[in-house]
Amino acid sequence: MNLKNIINDLKELSNPKKYHNPISIKNVNKKTLQKMLNTMIIIRKTENKLAWGKRNNLIGGPVHLGAGQEAIAVGVSQNLKKTDHVFGAHRSHSHLLALNPNFYKLFAEVLGKKTGFSKGMGGSMHLFDKSNGFYGSVPIVAGTVPLAVGAAMAAKMKKKRDIGVVYIGDGSVEEGVVHESFNLAKIQKAPILFVVENNLFASHMHISLRQPSDKISRFAVANNIPFKLEDGNNVVSVYKSSKKLIDSIRSGEGPALIELITYRWYGHVDWRDDIDVGVKRSLKDVKNWKLRDPIQRLSKSMIKLDIWSKKKEEILNNKIDKKIQTAWKKAIKDPYPSADSTLKYVYSKK
Amino acid sequence: MKNKKYNYGTAILSAFEYLLKKYPEVFIIGQGLWSPWYVGNTMTNLDKKFGVERIIDTPVSESASTGAAVGASLAGMKPIVVHPRMDFMLYAMDAMVNQAANWSQMFGGQANPNLTIRAIINRGGEQGAQHSQALHAWFSHVPGLRVVMPSTVADARDLLIASVLCKDPVMYIDDRWLYDQEDYLPTIKEIDLKNQNPKISIKGKDITIVGSGHSSFLAREAAKILKKENIYTEVIDIRVLNPLKTSLIKKSVMKTKNLLVVDSGWTSGGFSAEIITKLVEELPTNCLKNSPVRIALPDAPAPTSKLLEKNYYTSTDDLVRATKKILKKLKR
Repeated sequence: MNLKNIINDLKELSNPKKYHNPISIKNVNKKTLQKMLNTMIIIRKTENKLAWGKRNNLIGGPVHLGAGQEAIAVGVSQNLKKTDHVFGAHRSHSHLLALNPNFYKLFAEVLGKKTGFSKGMGGSMHLFDKSNGFYGSVPIVAGTVPLAVGAAMAAKMKKKRDIGVVYIGDGSVEEGVVHESFNLAKIQKAPILFVVENNLFASHMHISLRQPSDKISRFAVANNIPFKLEDGNNVVSVYKSSKKLIDSIRSGEGPALIELITYRWYGHVDWRDDIDVGVKRSLKDVKNWKLRDPIQRLSKSMIKLDIWSKKKEEILNNKIDKKIQTAWKKAIKDPYPSADSTLKYVYSKK
Repeated sequence: MKNKKYNYGTAILSAFEYLLKKYPEVFIIGQGLWSPWYVGNTMTNLDKKFGVERIIDTPVSESASTGAAVGASLAGMKPIVVHPRMDFMLYAMDAMVNQAANWSQMFGGQANPNLTIRAIINRGGEQGAQHSQALHAWFSHVPGLRVVMPSTVADARDLLIASVLCKDPVMYIDDRWLYDQEDYLPTIKEIDLKNQNPKISIKGKDITIVGSGHSSFLAREAAKILKKENIYTEVIDIRVLNPLKTSLIKKSVMKTKNLLVVDSGWTSGGFSAEIITKLVEELPTNCLKNSPVRIALPDAPAPTSKLLEKNYYTSTDDLVRATKKILKKLKR
């Protein structure tokens, strides 16, 4: 491979005016497509509900919303098992919901209620659902990357075909530990998939102001880690490409990386669009990126093939809206953790 | 049963062998493990006996190796990560403090990273500032991270086993200045780290000297000298610095009414301050006959030059003099 190909820019993939058309859904069965569409809609509506809750001061802590990026977690998770070890970061609602779309437990957690995913001790930024393979998300950028490598090494030692998965953003590769982790994973042949959600922004800063290239997968090349670069708002290509990589990881080929180009519709944190504080983030770009909507692109493709309809989507939307409304109301009424909880969980139980 | 002779280093080695033999989920990761001149005689031939899959020598990546141990523990293993020098371990602060220590509470006690971090204090020999630091005070500040400093041959072995079997993240700190001590040990009996407390190493009535790791070794040596002059010191070995249990020290000080705290870290903001504060808070007013005193390192990085280094580190003599001064038995 020549050096130019390795570090060259994303070009069209990062151009907000491109990739607006419906996607190819060839060779994917109807059931899988419907499931992916359904989960993406659930995640979108959950994020929008949280944005509404934050805007109306019903939520105390920060929420990092991932509306617009649903296709990534949904496409990848379609290939995961409950016994895999998945780690997230600060923007991980979708990573968890793609494994277990229990928005009621997410609402409860974000509201600090005992019934939440982390028993009300974590809030939006610390999520846990081990029984579905979600080992934890935390807000320190890249904090979970070596942890996921270690979990993958454990899976390998136990001679199970389970894998580690870690979601990272384009900002994470600016942290040194990520490069240590890529190197360690490769030398240990750890069964792990690094999922790079490249949304072109770290907090307020555009990638062009932070890195000499906007292509994160160049670091996979440096570590001889196989990788794929895809349109992250095309759930079918995410699903298919991650399947290939995951199959090879499970068969003992060592780590792989998938870089998925996407964009977040909300700002870095909470419901605002961050046009004012974002450096190189414009309303025009946000509008154009919204035309690269992973949900609409899949839905249109399915309607075209007559395996889906506008009517069906309307019914589905109403059904999910109602469930979300009920779940939110229930979570609001749920109890807070008991007063002794602050000290109770510091060390393991006897 | 006949007891077997060990030194501090071979006691650690025997703990590793016991753990690796009995628990398949134990593995060791760190730098220098396939050529363990880094770690004295504490890990000799483990790679040959137990295989390089379980004794993992790593790239020069403290941060990733420690983080990997945290992650492996969450996936059901009992990893031990070895840092041949505590100074280099500072690259791994995020994995230890942000991740391992906080993990249990952040997720409502649903997961515990039961890794052991073996941090070695390796100082002296004109090595200077970055090859010398004793940073146990930093880590004892962090809730959720248990901190253990064995001072005796028996504890070197038994507290290591207890640390690895404990469900919480544990930092086990051994000081290479302790490696030459010898003792006869009985066969291994597993103990629960949660029930481990400070211990009285030497009984006495005149003054309580408290220390951990190498400091409590110095205290034992000083006690022997002072005894010859009819000064009877009660030496308390802290053993477990975090969470710190003070009831035994409190009882001792109520008896001796004098307190000297020795610590191998720096003076300001150090572990000695924590002990004195806790005691002052808990002891009855006027219980102490004399003001409590601490001996710790000067607030300066370790110098390299021989003479400066000699003055920098605490000696048994320093303890003897300080004790006599507190008890007003110093000849002018």
